[in-house]
Amino acid sequence: MLPIEQFPVLVVAISLLSAITILLAGVINKKSCFFISLATITFQFILSIFILRHVLTVGTIHYWLGGWRPPWGIEYVVDTLNAYVLIIILFLSLLAAIYSKRSVEHEIEARKLPTFYTLFQILVTGLAGVVVTGDMFNLYVFLEIASLAGYALIAAAGGRALRASYNYLILGALGVCFFLLGIGFLYSVTGTLNMADLRILLPALYGNKAVQAAFVFFFIGLGIKSAFFPLHTWQPDAYTYAPSAISVIISTAMAKASIYALIRVIFSVFTVDFITLFPIFDIISWVAAIAMIFGSILAIAQFDLKRMLAYSSIANIGYIMLGVGLSTSTTLGLTPALMHILNHALMKGCLFMAACAFIYKADLRDIRDLVGLARKMPYTCFAFLLAALSMIGFPPSVGFVTKLYLILAALDAGKYIFVAVIFFSTLLMIVYFWHVIEIMYIRTEEKGEKEISVTEVPMSMFIPGLVLAFLCFIVGIIWLIGTPLPIMDAINSGLGLGVVVP
Amino acid sequence: MIEWIVQHILEQYNYWISIVLMLIGFYAMIAKENLLKKLIGLSIFQTAIFLFYVSLSDVGTGWGLRFGTAPIVWEHGIHEGYMYVNPLPHVLMLTGIVVAAATLAVALALVVRLYEEYGTIEEEEIMEMEMDLERGT
Repeated sequence: MLPIEQFPVLVVAISLLSAITILLAGVINKKSCFFISLATITFQFILSIFILRHVLTVGTIHYWLGGWRPPWGIEYVVDTLNAYVLIIILFLSLLAAIYSKRSVEHEIEARKLPTFYTLFQILVTGLAGVVVTGDMFNLYVFLEIASLAGYALIAAAGGRALRASYNYLILGALGVCFFLLGIGFLYSVTGTLNMADLRILLPALYGNKAVQAAFVFFFIGLGIKSAFFPLHTWQPDAYTYAPSAISVIISTAMAKASIYALIRVIFSVFTVDFITLFPIFDIISWVAAIAMIFGSILAIAQFDLKRMLAYSSIANIGYIMLGVGLSTSTTLGLTPALMHILNHALMKGCLFMAACAFIYKADLRDIRDLVGLARKMPYTCFAFLLAALSMIGFPPSVGFVTKLYLILAALDAGKYIFVAVIFFSTLLMIVYFWHVIEIMYIRTEEKGEKEISVTEVPMSMFIPGLVLAFLCFIVGIIWLIGTPLPIMDAINSGLGLGVVVP
Repeated sequence: MIEWIVQHILEQYNYWISIVLMLIGFYAMIAKENLLKKLIGLSIFQTAIFLFYVSLSDVGTGWGLRFGTAPIVWEHGIHEGYMYVNPLPHVLMLTGIVVAAATLAVALALVVRLYEEYGTIEEEEIMEMEMDLERGT
């Protein structure tokens, strides 16, 4: 019998211990760092599968750190929502770790490898911690752990990455400070930091100005961290100039952890009852709609492939937030938003892996230089093609499923304008992804143009991309069959959603 | 009027100072071009939050004077007639100070690297150099 109740804390503790081990092992053997990190993340991923199974069959896991009872001590709570996001984050971290092996050897000096993997492991620790914790202040600490590791890792690429990282640091630190201030406001009126406790104590204080201000601080703080338009200004530079493996992990796992924190604060600390007091979700929906259009238009204007993907991410965060914004007025609840958290992680992870593979081989950053690459790097380009098709919404891919459910939610809510917005943003997506695919697959070098000689990237770099590309379609089919929908229903009912609030 | 000033400003002067510091820090982070001055702004902002938290824990005010004492259980048990400050915000802020110090350390390291790379810590000049690099390649 496995002590599954202990697993949430194990996911964090083992990761933290491993980070220190990597630093020490690096003194003896620099090659071992990668393998320790990979083994730890694999182990964490296996633990997360057990956690999800336990949560679905037995129920929510509560772990009291040091045995102190919840309102006083720190509590780790894992319900269906946490377990679902935890699996996504650790799976993407695992693939990014595998991908990092060769790309990091190429991009980072050999003597810096131990520190790189130490920071990488700390980043994973922070992300896992954000997801399992049930305590507001603990959430703040883990957010900072993940962010600090993230700033350092982005800067590891040197050159242009330094200023990108600095800008991210200033905005990120400001965002987390706002979050801390929000916690202070809530503490001043309730005297507790535990999320479950806050959920019980807050309803009596919904009219209180401090509580309302706290909500705004939380929203802005986490909005900055998850690059929600118009708080995204740090994001394109950071994604573009970061080292390859880091681009993959921050664009997927880190963005999703921040979105998770936002959803957790909105629905678990504040409840649907609070949100429906104000037109918050109408505003969120409209801003999300602007983000979807704005991100896509700017993506069309880019020549740098990674920057294009970064702007596309802003549009996709808009999709998730539109799902959140519509959640209270439809019977589907948060389902479209939660779906897109997984779907976008799969698609964007694959696209970034492909984009970084081009940079790895021939420093091809510009889309116009990718001419005829499909013949030279067939696997990478095929992965890119599948993920791009998925992004556009080719059935039965995950992108199609998201759009389908978002349209259903918008129709259900009676907000037809958002259906038009989804169609329009899909059209824009077709423009910029088709542009890349056309250059890669159809266009051939004109005479006189210098032919670039590139070959396929190493196996450890194209296999993770291909896995994600195939998952885009496999997961899409699984969504359409409807196997995981009971999980979504469990999350919705746990958050008090899924029924139409007048 | 005087009563209002006493009640809302003088008796809660620590909150007002916290707000003023926060705005000074925020202004420096946005308006300053020098990368180090931005960090000083960030530091002031974080310190203002610490002051806010520590103010929360205080009890027993009158004319701006504070009467709460340290929450320590003495040998003879708790003394009658004393008011004790809430220790939790102080503990939280110890963690907060550690986090702030770590953030500042990472940020300063970044500024050092930027200086090595570009030879300046003025944001404008760095951006111009980046533009030149872009045109050059």
